[in-house]
Amino acid sequence: MLAQALVIAGKDLEIEWRSRATAVRVVPFAGVLVLLFAIALDPDRGVLPRVAPGLFWLAVVLAGLLAIGRAVAVERDNDAGAGLVASGLDPAAMFLGKAAAIAVELLALEALVAAAMAALYDVGVAATDAWLLVATSALATAGIAAAGTLYGAVAGGDRSHDSLLAVLLLPVLLPVVLAGTRLFEAATQGDAAGGDIAWLGLLAVFAALYGGVGALAFGPLLEEG
Amino acid sequence: MFLAGTPAVELQAVVATIDGFPVLAGVDVRIEPGEVVLVSGPNGAGKTSLLRVLAGSLPVAAGSARVLGHDLRADRHGHRSRVAFVSQQTCCYDDLSVRRNLRLHAAAANAPAQAVAAAMRTLRLDDVAEVAHGRLSTGYRRRCALAVGMTRHADLLLLDEPHAGLDPEARMLVDDVVGEARDRGATVVLVSHELDHARPLVDREVVVAGGCVTARI
Repeated sequence: MLAQALVIAGKDLEIEWRSRATAVRVVPFAGVLVLLFAIALDPDRGVLPRVAPGLFWLAVVLAGLLAIGRAVAVERDNDAGAGLVASGLDPAAMFLGKAAAIAVELLALEALVAAAMAALYDVGVAATDAWLLVATSALATAGIAAAGTLYGAVAGGDRSHDSLLAVLLLPVLLPVVLAGTRLFEAATQGDAAGGDIAWLGLLAVFAALYGGVGALAFGPLLEEG
Repeated sequence: MFLAGTPAVELQAVVATIDGFPVLAGVDVRIEPGEVVLVSGPNGAGKTSLLRVLAGSLPVAAGSARVLGHDLRADRHGHRSRVAFVSQQTCCYDDLSVRRNLRLHAAAANAPAQAVAAAMRTLRLDDVAEVAHGRLSTGYRRRCALAVGMTRHADLLLLDEPHAGLDPEARMLVDDVVGEARDRGATVVLVSHELDHARPLVDREVVVAGGCVTARI
């Protein structure tokens, strides 16, 4: 199954590389969000550094919706995804492969959003606290990718799948946004060691839960979609 | 388990519905291994629904259905790695090349490595091997769909209107696909309105109308 998952992840990343669809839509959208947040909250008032962790995860989740929607769309076009499963591909491998590819795209997106916020919002992290940023990003990204792949399959069969995906997924990702914000606050305020590390546990449970449910449910969802 | 002497397809009084509407209303069909069978009939007769039942993509609501020895009422997906269903959809990714798409399907089906090259040769796709599927004409997309079905080396090949969208020269390629499957000993069921092209390819014909088999020729 792992080998098949790697094939699917490679396929999705190759599609993204060839089409640049995510790069030309998601990255500019995330950039506009970061800029709008900065203008709306007025950089001169000193609010931005304090709210930057929450804005970071909002920007990632909202822009990530576009990447997830695109990943779902390529499977629906020409019945390509259902065709591969019909060819004998393990649906669980397809789920894991797609989630892995989305995670790679989200991590790249997060790096760009973080760089933009560091420049515009005047926030930074001490080297000793960077581990918390990395651990939070890894777990939150895994959760967003797993839940996004699962709900993308749920919404895939609906004509208004893009709006349905947003309606279904955004409330589900609330724990990720909350935990990610709390942990990033601890890291940016130089309190990684004293932060409430239980939020990391919540992110790990979220990722494991949606990873497991998605692997089991993806096949039937693809068939019905 | 698929034992020698077991029919490739054995449907008895099969009923299938879509959104509560019966699309098959008591179909009886028996097809032996290695047979090539044409399913004909008017639009809306249930021909494509019959192929979907055989492929496992449409559930059996009533009756008995065994395909390649597999009971579809117990599990309609268990046989799918041995069945290739070539529908009007190509099952290919628009942004990937023809060769890459076929390799994906071959990998998913655990088909031999040479299957891709053989399918591309048979369907004369070598000239567009590195062209993205989304840039192909309708005719080449149909060839791609046939190549996907051929690449899988399935025991049961289901072809839904294989001649549709092909120019007169390319229609001859369908003969080669069916011939290759026949040479391997695979069973082929094809639905076609183009009876002049289809009839010379098959061993016998089943006529479907109103969701039932009305004649066997």
